[in-house]
Amino acid sequence: MTTANKPQNGIAGDLLSRARTLVSSTGWLSDDPCLLGRRRFVQGALALPVVLALPACSSDAQSPTLARTFFSPNEYRFIEAATARLIPGDANDPGALEAGVPFFIDRQLSGPYGRADRWYMEGPWASGSDQQGYQLRETPAQLYRKAIAGIDAHCRDRFDGKVYAELSAEDQEHVLHDLDENKIELEEFPSQAFFSMLWQNTQEGFLSDPMYGGNRNFAGWKLIGFPGPRYNYVKEITRYGEPYTLPPVGLMGRDGMRMLS
Amino acid sequence: MAKRLRPVDVVLVGFGWTASIIAQELTEEGLQVLALERGVDRATVPDFATTHIQDELKYAVRDGLFQAPVRETLSFRNSRDQTALPMRNLGSFRPGAGVGGAGVHWNGQTWRFLPDDFVLRSHTEERYGADFIPEDLTIQDWGVSYEELEPYYDRFEYLCGVSGLAGNLGGTRQSKGNPFEGARSRPYPLPPLERSAGSLMFDKAARELGYHPFAAPAANASRPYKNPLGVQMGQCTYCGFCEWFGCGNYSKASPQSTILPVLLKKDNFTYRTGCDVTRVVLDSTGKKAKGVLYRDLQGQEYEQPAQLVILCAFAHHNVHLLLLSGIGTPYDPASATGVTGRNYAYQITSSVEVFVDELINPYMGAGALGQAIDDFNTDNFDHGPEGFIGGGYIALWTTGGRPILQHHLPKDTPKWGAGWKKAMAENYLKSVSISTHGSVVSHRQAYLDLDPTYKDIYGNPMLRLTFDFHDNDYRMSDFLTAKAEGIAKAMGPRSINVKNRKKPYSIVPYQTTHNTGGAVMGDDPRTSVVNRYLQSWDVPNVFVVGACNFPQNGGYNPTGTVGALAYWAADAIRGMYLKNPGPLVQA
Repeated sequence: MTTANKPQNGIAGDLLSRARTLVSSTGWLSDDPCLLGRRRFVQGALALPVVLALPACSSDAQSPTLARTFFSPNEYRFIEAATARLIPGDANDPGALEAGVPFFIDRQLSGPYGRADRWYMEGPWASGSDQQGYQLRETPAQLYRKAIAGIDAHCRDRFDGKVYAELSAEDQEHVLHDLDENKIELEEFPSQAFFSMLWQNTQEGFLSDPMYGGNRNFAGWKLIGFPGPRYNYVKEITRYGEPYTLPPVGLMGRDGMRMLS
Repeated sequence: MAKRLRPVDVVLVGFGWTASIIAQELTEEGLQVLALERGVDRATVPDFATTHIQDELKYAVRDGLFQAPVRETLSFRNSRDQTALPMRNLGSFRPGAGVGGAGVHWNGQTWRFLPDDFVLRSHTEERYGADFIPEDLTIQDWGVSYEELEPYYDRFEYLCGVSGLAGNLGGTRQSKGNPFEGARSRPYPLPPLERSAGSLMFDKAARELGYHPFAAPAANASRPYKNPLGVQMGQCTYCGFCEWFGCGNYSKASPQSTILPVLLKKDNFTYRTGCDVTRVVLDSTGKKAKGVLYRDLQGQEYEQPAQLVILCAFAHHNVHLLLLSGIGTPYDPASATGVTGRNYAYQITSSVEVFVDELINPYMGAGALGQAIDDFNTDNFDHGPEGFIGGGYIALWTTGGRPILQHHLPKDTPKWGAGWKKAMAENYLKSVSISTHGSVVSHRQAYLDLDPTYKDIYGNPMLRLTFDFHDNDYRMSDFLTAKAEGIAKAMGPRSINVKNRKKPYSIVPYQTTHNTGGAVMGDDPRTSVVNRYLQSWDVPNVFVVGACNFPQNGGYNPTGTVGALAYWAADAIRGMYLKNPGPLVQA
């Protein structure tokens, strides 16, 4: 059996669906031109009928208002500041903040990943060699909580009582480098252990399906050119060197804002 | 107190590829067969539906389909002077759990080992002399030949609908295909998958260098296919979500897409999920198995009596059960005696990332869509000047372009920040990776035993892995990597990034789930756990099946050989054991 002709996933289906999206003005174009890089937007727009292109930038009326569940306000300020340095951006060239990465991390830490539900977390504990992998007692959620407190304490000592989020962008970058190089003493674990987890989770939030709260408006996927989890490239696989022009789609649709609740 | 259950003829531990094959075969004999699976039940619908399976975070990053260390893991150290510590989360390898086992989340790269692989020690001694083999290597012949296994490779390939081109039909070289492969009795059931842009670039470069590139064999159906059991498979759509995912399109071969639709309808087959088998129960002589002990998710213990016990779990788990059950003498590295846990091996991999000007569209792919050369595998080239044993294939796979784990960045890219972001935008669509897939020798210091400190959730000693690659393999891998680098340069790239395998082995970064050995097959009970039919030398009504049987690892993905061995053992049970239960080979 072959299901290669599923209408909703074929090229014709994509075009049809995109046209519907544009007409209803609730989809990707209504939000996206404000967030897309100019070059990429022009590329996208060229593929469309002229009459439908270049809608006005609307306000962010589609934004969900799901509440944060893990970080305290101070912790969240740290995460926003740090991820903004890790993947910088602005409205025209979205980075971690615009893509919702802090919110993504918050949700991950309050769930099974944050609790290390799948990990073996019994003693005895020993530090071991690098080759033996993660040997800390802390779950990811505990690691974040302790690390942020430790880093803010370090910053207060070093920068006239300011916490990390209050530092200049340059100082914030220095602190991140120091964390990565184990130059900041945290009480219970090497700072690099936290940095590598933070950087990994930041990339996840930028590049995973928007239904997890990050990659909003497909910011990460648009940056690199990934069209999302599409189903069928039987025709396209042999169109060597040709760009794939359809806009990104997520598992929950095309607006890039819908989340798992 | 274990609750005693109604006896069955055959109990299978695990319900992945090998158990599915053996269950299908033995139920044909009218036997009552039961499979005990530690994980959950899984079916193509609803578990692999394309409406949710194409989720990189859930499945590839958060390990959705894999073994959870909280329930089962092992401890690890590089060498005997270290203290082994638990693998607390998955890294280097990712065994499956659940119905279908790792056969659900594999890529479908379906190779045959070469004829020389099965006689590695005798062939090496014959061609290069006994002194060529370092003293601490414990490589050995398999006790089964390629020619004997050929019909069983064939059965597995036709079960799966493998897409490929024969290079050697009945001893006659074909103009396409792998010219180094062993003779096959008939062509692959399906033609190769469509070539990706990267495959063609690799093919051209390898050809210019005088190598012999070919379309790698793929258990991803290039056309609609009905297998010999009558199960229908669909044409692959190149969605790029094979590896780490189930296939919702019935295109990637798995137990679910090839056997279970037939097996699950049989009255004389059943299976139970959430069952952790903890022992093979032996009678007072220690030479006969009475059945197995297992726990369900409530912790209730059961004794399942059976005439025949077949261990079909992942390599580690089979060996763990043998050690816990006292089957075979545990291997002792100090005296180099004993067999159970001996000759653990793995796979040594490296890669060369290639940054090109052409648009690659890497997300259009399939798990086993690739172009490979076999010029440097096993003994396809003269090892005399190189001074090492073994080899591997070099391939450019187009398995997909999942953004979190499958992006490539040039060597000098900043780790994070604006420079990282710029490099992501510039390189994602214009990069490929060439990988080398090297064999691993078995040696005296690589083995599995029981950990003296760490316990599993039932209070049993955890399995302990002591492993580093032998120096032979680091040298072999560097050799392969240099060849891969040559191909990369011939592709006319903007830049390349050579990633050699670094000493020592680390359990952290993903490498492969091709763990082998620990219950190896052979002709001599002093150096093998099972005979050539995968039957325990010590307890003849116990068979052990899987990559744990490999005396050392070849330079290929193991599933093709694992499938062939499962059919081989099933045939021995059907044709010989059932007629006359007892040892099939006299020690």
